[in-house]
Amino acid sequence: MIKVKLFATFRNGREKEIHFEYYEGITGREIIEKLGIKEEEVAIFIVNGRDKKWDEPIEDEATVSLFPPVGGG
Amino acid sequence: MFGYAGKVLRINLTEKQIKLEDLDMNLARKYLGGRGLATKIFMDEVDPNVEPLSPENKLIVASGPLTGTTVPTGGRYMVITKAPLTGTIGCSNSGGYFGAELKSAGYDMIIFEGKADSPVYISIEDDKVEIKDASHLWGKLVSEATDELMNKYGQKARVLCIGPAGERLSKIAAIMNDYDRAAGRSGVGAVMGSKNLKAVVVKGSKKAKYADEEETKKVVSDKIKKIRENGITGEGLPTYGTAVLVNIINEHGILPVKNFQKAYSEDADKISGETMTRDILVRRNPCYRCPIACGRWVKLKDGREVGGPEYETLWAFGADCGIYDIDAIAEANFWCNEYGLDTISAGTTIAAAMELYEKGYVKDEEIEEDGYSFKFGDVEAIIGWTKKMGAREGFGDKLAEGSYRLCESYGVPELSMSVKKQELPAYDPRGVQGHGLEYATSNRGGCHVRGYMISPEILGSPEKLDRFTLEGKAEWVKVFQDLTAVIDSLGVCLFTSFALGAQDYVELMNAVSGTDYNVDTLLEAGSRIYTLERLFNIKAGIDPKEDKLPDRLLEEPIPEGPSKGHVHRLSELLPKYYEIRGWGRDGIPTEETLQKLSV
Ligand code: SF4
Repeated sequence: MIKVKLFATFRNGREKEIHFEYYEGITGREIIEKLGIKEEEVAIFIVNGRDKKWDEPIEDEATVSLFPPVGGG
Repeated sequence: MFGYAGKVLRINLTEKQIKLEDLDMNLARKYLGGRGLATKIFMDEVDPNVEPLSPENKLIVASGPLTGTTVPTGGRYMVITKAPLTGTIGCSNSGGYFGAELKSAGYDMIIFEGKADSPVYISIEDDKVEIKDASHLWGKLVSEATDELMNKYGQKARVLCIGPAGERLSKIAAIMNDYDRAAGRSGVGAVMGSKNLKAVVVKGSKKAKYADEEETKKVVSDKIKKIRENGITGEGLPTYGTAVLVNIINEHGILPVKNFQKAYSEDADKISGETMTRDILVRRNPCYRCPIACGRWVKLKDGREVGGPEYETLWAFGADCGIYDIDAIAEANFWCNEYGLDTISAGTTIAAAMELYEKGYVKDEEIEEDGYSFKFGDVEAIIGWTKKMGAREGFGDKLAEGSYRLCESYGVPELSMSVKKQELPAYDPRGVQGHGLEYATSNRGGCHVRGYMISPEILGSPEKLDRFTLEGKAEWVKVFQDLTAVIDSLGVCLFTSFALGAQDYVELMNAVSGTDYNVDTLLEAGSRIYTLERLFNIKAGIDPKEDKLPDRLLEEPIPEGPSKGHVHRLSELLPKYYEIRGWGRDGIPTEETLQKLSV
């Protein structure tokens, strides 16, 4: 199982937390495709708090967090 | 003379004397304006060993050359003084409308000297400047004092004032303007209080002057376009305000929880920008000519509509105190604005008191009469203690001194999460190495807005850096600190820098002022300003050994969450930083560097 957490405008029309069945080799690119989010809309893509490349496989039980371009304080 | 008003108002409160002076344009070329120029003037006039709350300290309220012009976010002013909280140079910055109004009344800065023998306020209506009795305003909350002055001077007037915290010389008192905007940090409000100066009300009717009006129009609309098209300044900040950071920072495992004992919370979403927008947001609350409009206007539980909390505040009164109730935080924020307290220092000082209590240093007997607890997570406590702190009542009197002095009084200064006695803001540096170096070397003590490394290390702007590595971080910190010094000196908002780069500021400055800066000379001015501030601190007796972080952050690994296992590696970064700054290994700027920068 992979937990995907969505933030800011990605929550519009979607749940804020979505679970995906794990299979070997599943990548970030496949996950956002399933969510209907384009790569260029994503500013921060982290897996368990760490940066990952879109085509790197994600491990089982991981938490994926996705943010559009957001701000500072 | 363009951009600048060309005039300085010097007000001696002891002598009740008001003088008009010309701005030294040669100095302005070197130190730009605002933060830089005011620091230079301050250093030329004030002994760095001055006692911050004595009449010999001065307080400068300064705008920059772009303040009050058509440049987006050009409403900023800066307060320069010797800071009571840190003993360093005090340098606090605020938005709203006051700065622009001061410029349109015809002044680049006001220099306050001495001390009035009873409470006064200053009224400025273009050329008419008066020192007035403020005994009827003394003791009033910020909104009460502001209302009274606005009723008297009209709704177009702009008011800067202190609340009861500043009057009572709290070392974490802010200077407030336009009700809910704050020159917040380092206790600058106490300096105003020590001078018996309650408020400044200003009304101006003069138009800004431009070196090249056509070129300014072109450049300004190009920059507004860039700001609108950038994801952060065009979408993220306008929609959610700075509060959007709560989830981002938490997901990276660097949201300090319970006085930095942890760095991740399952409950963070309850105090996030997303929740604030959904549940309590009424409207946006922009500063002067700001297309970003990150400011919030929110509804309190009792129905009152007031200025809303920033990210830092949501964290300081929230996760750092173990609290996840957005209504309670909004209310604590409201009381900070009313009493005139810095929200970061106020919230984190309560968090430190909570850890002191948890560890058995603060005893029940000490706080029994106050009627509030110091239990992490106690919602009533953050509101109750904020008011007590603002009024310096009961145990609130101790809190008003800030977390360092509080923890020191119990023999455990290491429980204060501060640098140079100023409380750290809302990012655990153990998981952002560059940002930690920034905390350690900030000229005003623990602070995130001297060189916001969160931008490249977390947000990926202007490019993404690995937050755990050390490579190149010292260089980045230096450039960010220098650029920030430029932005603060020009009189625009730091948040424009998500969308704009050094070249953009060059174009804005040259179009407005008719100068011929380029990226190198502008950044060199930033470096000159940064080095000058450093010199002040050294002369004021701040040992470079104070360029450090609390032991907890250097020694105890983050216990859980996405940044688990990391400590901050300051000792590996600092020598490199000194080297590229042209400071000796002892952290003191070398003669050669001072000459090169012609400080
Ligand atoms: S971005 Fe926010 S703080 Fe900066 S000028 Fe605009 S509203 Fe004010």
